Amino acid sequence: MNDMTTETFSFDDVSEAKIPGIIAKYPAGRQASAVMPLLDLVQRQMARLTDHAWVPRAAMDVVADRLAMPRMRVYEVATFYTMFHLKPVQKFHLQVCTTTPCWLRGSDAVLDACRHAVATHGDMFSMEELECVGACVNAPVLVINDDYYEDLDGARTEALLEAFRRGDAPKPGSTIGRQNSAPEGGRTTLFADVTKHDTGADS
Amino acid sequence: MLSDKDRIFTNLYGIHDWRLAGARARGDWDGTADILARGRDAIIEEVKASGLRGRGGAGFPTGLKWSFMPKASDGRPSYLVVNADESEPGTCKDRDIIRHDPHKLVEGCLIASFAMGAHQAFIYIRGEYYNEYLHLQAAVDEAREAGLIGPDACGSGWAFDITIHRGGGAYICGEESALLESLEGKKGLPRMKPPFPAAMGVYGCPTTVNNVESISCVSTILRRGAGWFSALGRPKNSGTKLYCISGHVNKPCTVEDELGLPLRDLIERHAGGVRGGWDNLLAVIPGGSSVPMIPKSVCDNVLMDFDSLREAGSSLGTAAVIVMDKSTDLIRAIARISAFYKHESCGQCTPCREGTGWLMRMMNRMSEGRAEFAEIDLMEQITKQLEGHTICMLADAAAWPIQGLLRHFRPVVEQRIADYKARTAPKIAAE
Repeated sequence: MNDMTTETFSFDDVSEAKIPGIIAKYPAGRQASAVMPLLDLVQRQMARLTDHAWVPRAAMDVVADRLAMPRMRVYEVATFYTMFHLKPVQKFHLQVCTTTPCWLRGSDAVLDACRHAVATHGDMFSMEELECVGACVNAPVLVINDDYYEDLDGARTEALLEAFRRGDAPKPGSTIGRQNSAPEGGRTTLFADVTKHDTGADS
Repeated sequence: MLSDKDRIFTNLYGIHDWRLAGARARGDWDGTADILARGRDAIIEEVKASGLRGRGGAGFPTGLKWSFMPKASDGRPSYLVVNADESEPGTCKDRDIIRHDPHKLVEGCLIASFAMGAHQAFIYIRGEYYNEYLHLQAAVDEAREAGLIGPDACGSGWAFDITIHRGGGAYICGEESALLESLEGKKGLPRMKPPFPAAMGVYGCPTTVNNVESISCVSTILRRGAGWFSALGRPKNSGTKLYCISGHVNKPCTVEDELGLPLRDLIERHAGGVRGGWDNLLAVIPGGSSVPMIPKSVCDNVLMDFDSLREAGSSLGTAAVIVMDKSTDLIRAIARISAFYKHESCGQCTPCREGTGWLMRMMNRMSEGRAEFAEIDLMEQITKQLEGHTICMLADAAAWPIQGLLRHFRPVVEQRIADYKARTAPKIAAE
């Protein structure tokens, strides 16, 4: 199971415990809908057990059999969606958004910092450029595994990656202390006491 | 200016508790059973009267869309599908609803599904929004435990549940029929229409696909009345809207304000103004990457609503405002958008599969100036050959940004080519 070139795959107990609930989310007879959740489960199990998130082909076959789908249909899905890694990625997979809103605010510097980290610590970091990750008002954004790191520049990206390298777990979100997507330095709306919601109104 | 008491998304920035207790304190789930007791037709009529237009980009009237669903089942179940596959570059509004106000979405799903005779809703959330998904799942679980959804939702006798489905990083799944394919466990390839989803959607059953923001507005509209909502904004462009302001502004942000607000006010009031001042503005992409850019001269006076931006030759889209100041290399900015559409084309239709690649490569050369002047017209012609010739709108979305660039900034492209020629010509002559 710890072999990265695994020829076989089986769900472990942690994953198995989740499968019936996933399939039950969809109408009876529509279990093919569970193919993406199960491929995600594979990838998370690989990350949990080997530190390398990916979907081996053997696992696609296991998913196909489990959902009574033709194997080809599972291969189609696994290769169509970019979030399924067909090769192992490293423990910290750096996903740099380089689409226009991030590029306008300096994603090139984030990219350079990530490239440097991969070049110097390739045993720990892998990377890819991502299309828009949908956090554009906090650009530029770097996604590391499941977490978004926002409002970056070159220096803060280097510091962030250094912290990961040391074994810290940096807090996701804005790296300049912003309140999520509010304007930096203070919001321009939502000052009223929202706990007294006006439900009366003029209806 | 819109006052705080007229804002729908009162926890937009996550300052308050996003869980059920916090949501209830902000007025969510208040008298939901009474709303349902008004009946299907009354709910649809109220949403129609409010003038709510779809917040996902197309601006189709939400109430009217709901009315296309069959009134009586022919044996097939009806479904509501919520499009939370927010991927249009510049857009990040649904993210804030999902992570900070998830109960507005859950309650809206119940009301909308009831109005359409659906006992099940699917929320298709983009895969990258993992932490947001955890909040949404927790909200659904809380609502179920509290009896707000489930076999007897809010004590109304209506059985209703929600399934959240995570996507896999494909922009095309934001197209509603591709989303349905993906939900069924297939590649996200858009379907031919007709049949439309209301006749044959997910699993071949009647389905309505709505955007997160549209559905999340519904409970407040029904509580406060169609008159309240339609009094905000401008005629046929009513209500409030979440705007995402990114790019070269001093304080990028997401904010809720009225539709029909002047673009300049939006940027200066909420986003700290354009970097270097308003006169340093070059152009704005006002509705997400697919819509044509508008130059500063248009930005000076344009209003942010569906009809005003259409008149200005662009579109409100998702109201994702991408601001570019005078330091911007516009050709490179659009070339990056062309690369995006090349990457995200599903490859099903030839004009899009091939055309997005041609456009990307031409735009890359144009950004260096490594092109012939005649190729500008050729490129524009290719955009026309993409537009309207494919199953879905992705090809159109790839065409429009380039058309917008050439419409307003053609001399910049020509100058780049002239500069390149001037730089390289003597060398060639000397060889």
